[in-house]
Amino acid sequence: MESTAHDFKDNVDAALADPNLQDSLSKLKVGFSERRRQAAERLPEFEALRDRARDIKNHALANLDFYLEEFERKVTALGGHVHWAPTAEDARRIIGELCQSMGARTVAKSKSMVAEEIALNEHLEALGIAPIETDLGEYIIQLRHEPPSHIIAPAVHLTKAQVADTFLEHHSKLGFTKRLTERNDLVAEARYVLRQKFLDADVGLTGANFLVAETGSSMLVTNEGNADLSNTLPRMHIVLASIEKVIPTLEDAAVLLRVLARSATGQESSAYTTLNTGPKRPGDLDGPEHYHVVILDNGRSAVLGTEMQDMLRCIRCGACMNHCPVYGAIGGHAYGWVYPGPIGAVLTPQLIGVEEAGNLPNASTFCGRCESVCPVRIPLPSLMRHWREREFERHLTPKAVRQGLALWSFLARRPRLYHRLTGLANRMLALFGRAQGRYQTLPLAGGWTRFRDFPAPPPGGTFHAQWRGRQS
Amino acid sequence: MNEARLQILNGIRRSLQRGELSGDALKAVEARLAEPPRGPAVARAALAQPDKVALFCQWAEANNATVARVAPAEVAAEVSAYLARNNLPAEAVIAPSPQLAGYDWSNQKMLSLRRGRGEGSDHVSITGAFAAIAETGTVVMASGPEHPVTLNLLPDTHIVVLRESDIVGGYEEVWERLRARYGKDRMPRTVNTITGPSRTGDIEQAMELGAHGPRRMHVLVVRE
Repeated sequence: MESTAHDFKDNVDAALADPNLQDSLSKLKVGFSERRRQAAERLPEFEALRDRARDIKNHALANLDFYLEEFERKVTALGGHVHWAPTAEDARRIIGELCQSMGARTVAKSKSMVAEEIALNEHLEALGIAPIETDLGEYIIQLRHEPPSHIIAPAVHLTKAQVADTFLEHHSKLGFTKRLTERNDLVAEARYVLRQKFLDADVGLTGANFLVAETGSSMLVTNEGNADLSNTLPRMHIVLASIEKVIPTLEDAAVLLRVLARSATGQESSAYTTLNTGPKRPGDLDGPEHYHVVILDNGRSAVLGTEMQDMLRCIRCGACMNHCPVYGAIGGHAYGWVYPGPIGAVLTPQLIGVEEAGNLPNASTFCGRCESVCPVRIPLPSLMRHWREREFERHLTPKAVRQGLALWSFLARRPRLYHRLTGLANRMLALFGRAQGRYQTLPLAGGWTRFRDFPAPPPGGTFHAQWRGRQS
Repeated sequence: MNEARLQILNGIRRSLQRGELSGDALKAVEARLAEPPRGPAVARAALAQPDKVALFCQWAEANNATVARVAPAEVAAEVSAYLARNNLPAEAVIAPSPQLAGYDWSNQKMLSLRRGRGEGSDHVSITGAFAAIAETGTVVMASGPEHPVTLNLLPDTHIVVLRESDIVGGYEEVWERLRARYGKDRMPRTVNTITGPSRTGDIEQAMELGAHGPRRMHVLVVRE
């Protein structure tokens, strides 16, 4: 997908002014994040499991070449095929050729962020193959020609009413001419429409939450069962996964599964967790005849061994964005590319360049909630700070920001001047009336006060002035 | 293709500043694969067998499945009664497994059973289960000639016949059973672990049942 990360500030303005988006985002605080808190409290071992999950991913990354080769050996021994794709273009070509080898006209797709990353749908369409998104959220946004706005709830930016309008527009030609108002009716209509598409699809394409080296299995976690229909009904199953998805053993998977669903949606367990290993066996009454795994690098191997390596532990639960005040204010689309939220602010500069995506790691208050809920304890604020440093080193930071920082560092190294100026600023603010404890408008600060009040400094002068007053 | 493979593997090794694993480092990872270490134990599932059964039932119901505890002789009657209670047709597709064939279905004259895989038009399926997990109320299905995967997914209603002795504490015990049954390097084509009916939270983060898989799951827990 075409990045608009460089237009981040314009994207933010649009997001803040979108009433439907703001309505949808208001549900985040009481939805996923509250349920995650309850799920974590119900499991006394949750924190210990997070530590182990972090250690497992670190171990897998330190031995990534070994586990990928082991995974390939096991897949091949059971009649499957592994394809290696150094770049997004390689992965698109491999998948396109596999689909063409089946004479495929339609591909049933289960939600895959890696497929979004490599813009697979556009490529298949160019080959005359129709990709059909089967996850409900992905299906809705495919109808609307929108990218996902969240890594586990791609249509989280939409209200029920918007979904109802979209279905009416696209399903009326299939005979569904009534505008629906209830969620369960919307779900039932999508189920009906998509069922026949599953049965007709020539190829099923899924991502993977984990690749298990020990057994050569791809592991998929869903609530809807769409991934399972995608990997059971068509004659070919293609798994698309990036290199860091490989983990050593099933025991490791058990640890990661225990933190994944709880962190993502606050469920004890997702409805479906499925292991697929190779193609259909002799005597099986169903299952795909062909099983292919496409392993994508796309710049990840270069992150290993660097200060940014921790980002590769991510298991894509979405907790960081569910708990992020910035994501909660602007939603996912404003980030301008595939991965939004704090993990997007860290991954996107790596995958498409800090020149394009330098705004994203700056869109953080460093409040630290993302790190505090991350199931594999990725130090997201530190990683964002690394990107800011790299951006600054490479002189990519906007001139006004550089000059502002230069001015601040000049003052910070001259305490007496600093104190005099802050004391002056404090008195200036008092002139604008601090009686209410906050300002609704303030000269030169319209960007701030348009959306929220500016807190007034308490009476009695600056902190330093008050401190001196108390000491004497 | 070989070139792409080497490009990725060598890229990883270059970044990690080492060559292919060898010597003690190689032995360490091979040993870890051969004897997989378990993660922190989850206390809530470390129970005596009767309590595991009760915990399974509790979590399965919490995840919107329904549960009936029956004797082997009552399995067929409970299936008929469940279908009648829910105004469902008295017909089902049943997995061609010896376990299910071992129950006496002959006294359910109104119940029409078809053995085989699931089709898009089936309303009700009946399957066994390879195991079940007490910790989360999850049933575990291993694919094979006796258990087509489509039966777990296509019908609106999925009836699972689960033996009490197949209920274990957590995932780790399922993996042990799979290795014992199929061999360490030979998993079944598909292992579905299923926790309640299909669902989606994709519209306004509110869970709705019956997305693409079954809308209802009924588990018969069979005493032995």
